[in-house]
Amino acid sequence: MADKATVTPPSPDAIGVTAAPPRRSEWRRFARVYFGRRLYLIGFVIVVIIILTAIFAPLLAPYDPIQNDLRGKLQGPSGEHWLGTDQLGRDILSRIIYGTRISLEIGFAAVFSSAIIGALMGLAAAHFGGWVFTLIMRVTDALMALPGIILVLLIAGLGGRGIPVVIFALGFGGVAGMCRMMCGQALSVKQNDYVLAGRAIGMSNWRIMLTQIFPNAFPPLIVGLTMAIGGVVLGEAGLSFLGIGVPAPNPSWGGMVMDGQRYLLDNALLSLAPGVAIMLLVFGFNMVGDGVRDAIDPKLRGVL
Amino acid sequence: MTSILDVENLKTYFKTEYGLVKAVDGVSFHINQGEIIGLVGESGCGKSVSILSVMQLIQKPGEIVDGKIIFDGQDLRKYRSNGPEMRAIRGSKMTMIFQEPMTSLNPVLTICRQVTESLELHLDMDRQAARERAIELLKMVGVPDAASRVDDYPHQFSGGMRQRVMIAMALSCNPMIIFADEPTTAVDVTTQAQLLELMKDLVTRLNTSLVIVTHNLGVVARYAQRIYVMYAGRIIESGLSEDIFGHPHHPYTIGLLHSVPRLGEKHGSRKLIPIDGMPPDLINMPPTCAFLPRCTYKVERCQKEPWPALRAVGDQHYISCYVDIREK
Amino acid sequence: MTTYIIRRLIIGVIILLLVTMMVFLFVRLLPGDPLMVFMGNLRGSGQINTMGPEEHDRLMHEYGLDKPIYEQYIKWLGDVFQGHLGKSVGIGQDVGTLIAERLPRTAYIGLILFVITTFGGIFAGIYCALRRGSWIDNTITTIANIGMTVPTFWFGILLIYLFGYKLGWLPLFGWVNPFEDFWGNIRHIILPVASVALGGIAGMARLVRSCMLEVMRADYVRTAWAKGLRERVIVIRHQIKNAMIPVVTVLGGTVGAILGGSVFIETVFSIPGMGRLMTTAIFDYDYQIVQATALIFGGIVIFSNLIVDIAWGWLDPRIRYG
Repeated sequence: MADKATVTPPSPDAIGVTAAPPRRSEWRRFARVYFGRRLYLIGFVIVVIIILTAIFAPLLAPYDPIQNDLRGKLQGPSGEHWLGTDQLGRDILSRIIYGTRISLEIGFAAVFSSAIIGALMGLAAAHFGGWVFTLIMRVTDALMALPGIILVLLIAGLGGRGIPVVIFALGFGGVAGMCRMMCGQALSVKQNDYVLAGRAIGMSNWRIMLTQIFPNAFPPLIVGLTMAIGGVVLGEAGLSFLGIGVPAPNPSWGGMVMDGQRYLLDNALLSLAPGVAIMLLVFGFNMVGDGVRDAIDPKLRGVL
Repeated sequence: MTSILDVENLKTYFKTEYGLVKAVDGVSFHINQGEIIGLVGESGCGKSVSILSVMQLIQKPGEIVDGKIIFDGQDLRKYRSNGPEMRAIRGSKMTMIFQEPMTSLNPVLTICRQVTESLELHLDMDRQAARERAIELLKMVGVPDAASRVDDYPHQFSGGMRQRVMIAMALSCNPMIIFADEPTTAVDVTTQAQLLELMKDLVTRLNTSLVIVTHNLGVVARYAQRIYVMYAGRIIESGLSEDIFGHPHHPYTIGLLHSVPRLGEKHGSRKLIPIDGMPPDLINMPPTCAFLPRCTYKVERCQKEPWPALRAVGDQHYISCYVDIREK
Repeated sequence: MTTYIIRRLIIGVIILLLVTMMVFLFVRLLPGDPLMVFMGNLRGSGQINTMGPEEHDRLMHEYGLDKPIYEQYIKWLGDVFQGHLGKSVGIGQDVGTLIAERLPRTAYIGLILFVITTFGGIFAGIYCALRRGSWIDNTITTIANIGMTVPTFWFGILLIYLFGYKLGWLPLFGWVNPFEDFWGNIRHIILPVASVALGGIAGMARLVRSCMLEVMRADYVRTAWAKGLRERVIVIRHQIKNAMIPVVTVLGGTVGAILGGSVFIETVFSIPGMGRLMTTAIFDYDYQIVQATALIFGGIVIFSNLIVDIAWGWLDPRIRYG
């Protein structure tokens, strides 16, 4: 007597909207929703500025971020050094500007690699079901049973030092989340009639997965990826803060916060300014993710 | 027969980001005691909003901007929508059955709790008395094994059974009017008929008025004594059921009746004719008749003059149209 | 309900086994020699000046590191079941003793954080949802948006700078046993707790707010209004319990986030707890400690998730009878 229809299946037109090729009016609607909220606009501007900063770092930075100048160490803010200098006499502003490159580099690389592996795992789980699904879900359960930062810390710490290790660790840390998200999306797309139609005309499993399920599960994935960048940058900063991340003398924001902690009374900006940079970046990407999600499909709110 | 609800010139607008939606724009109707009324129209024509307005259940960004709602001698618009007077009426003298039985019951509360809620609130019953009454009510609406199923949760009931629970809840405090908003749209056809028969029997027995809001002409044809036909936020034709079905006057009503098959009709004896075009956009409404672009009977006057007021074309039969059409 | 709990329990144990296997593999397969720092320590203390390959092999053999991985794992697992967590390679102490000393500190701060985060976030979120659009809602939502982007360690340092150095109200770092000096303990944990609580409350408040707004639009809430119930009754009886269903499901994640945060605050505020123990162990390649701490952290999260699943079943009859 109890029927199973208590959970409303995802509305087909909700997914239909995202699945349709974007027409001109779609883009206009997207832009109106996105730029209609001030926070999303601010997020967009922040992200653009950060990306430009990373690209033009050598032009923007007044000093070399790595060159020591022990005679001018631990200066307060001045006309020459707007944010002062660190314990080795390096200009903090220049280090923050160059740090943008490292953060974005690691952020994009880690998110990209976790997205590919996670998406493949998620698609496979959703598509094949059965024991494949169970196995993949248990593995992601295990990955998620350790708090994210601890998993990343383990891999980065035991894997040796260097930027590639950091990318690997952060990417690995994100795989489970990506896999779950992709799996959930793919499962809901799978219930749509067009997938059934594909099966009815005799398409192979892989073909259905790649041509029907993946493209339709993709837009929400993009939103997830954007939001993941913020998380990965926070993770990188955390690792570097603990001394297990980006090795010195590279200007990493998290490492700068750690270095500056000892010199709080000399120049608090040494530790506090890089933190503001981290927050801006994370805030920017979070807002862009939120905005894109709302603009693609408000119903995804809560799902992502 | 005495009128228990008089609605005059009701206007409910929604302020959306796309513009002002005039969902209900000057609707008047009345309901007599013990009557079964049909409120008919396409989805989006404002029929649900009309009754939600009467119940004062309109949520932001919607707002009742004008009109009079006289219920049982009281002017409801004088009351705050969530004030004590309105709360005393809602759920007791005036109740509602919603369209979606699947989602209209709270999934985390037992059926018992949800039925007894109104009883405790409006009839001051204690837990035990309310529980017994709830079981009685469930038996009355035909829930089998009511005494044990009363402690079940909604997900353990089928759609039809849940709608019976909704009916039991609506009846629990002996209301004067029950509004049923598309009560059978979400259940299958056989259950539909059972539910409608049940509602009809119960309201006749209890001398309660029933308003059936639906887009399904078949539903009202059988049960309603009087019918209001709505289009684009207004009532465009009203009258006794037999007049509406026997001698429809408004081009829209005529079109509606042409587009649905009738029971017992010989196959192929009559061609089904769909109404061309789309319902109007409620944001940019022209001052003229909203049905004009789709109308096959239009005359020159329709283009020039505003949407006509209702005029009598027979005993209790009104239309809002300049054209005189006689349909057989 | 009982079968449901037993099923969750079995799954939990399987996941915990998977976690320990995973960590075991990390330790042995990732580049990095489990004996590296051990050798470094001995060298530093002047006991062994040079360590030849034979010496290395001898130690590998002594610690059983030359056996196949699965054999090592089974032996370790057997030891764990008998209550032996192993002996630290670096500092030579019994890992069980180390953990017994440090876990209570992390658990103490973690529990306080959990209570503050959950209740603070739930109250703030419900309040914002009920008064949405008000200036208080806007303020809390803005703080929540920013709070989610603040790195825990950075916020901790900011608090040290402001309340420790500039205002001098609270101690900069360190740990005081609450049973010996309760007020001293409170003074020492205010800043660490605050630095994690900001982000925690922010995330929770955002989630609760959006769940409440979702529930407020639900059909059954409209039914409740149609019954003539007062707003207070509708909120308490019909909205909160439904809104809490998705909130409860993330509480396991909250526990994880708090444990993750402990790594940072224990570093920033020099608190000798589990997080600090694990970080230094990772830093030193002290693999016995790493394995044991990972087991404990994973166990706590999995156990919390089990509790969450039970609470979920209790809240949502569709799960209970599903």
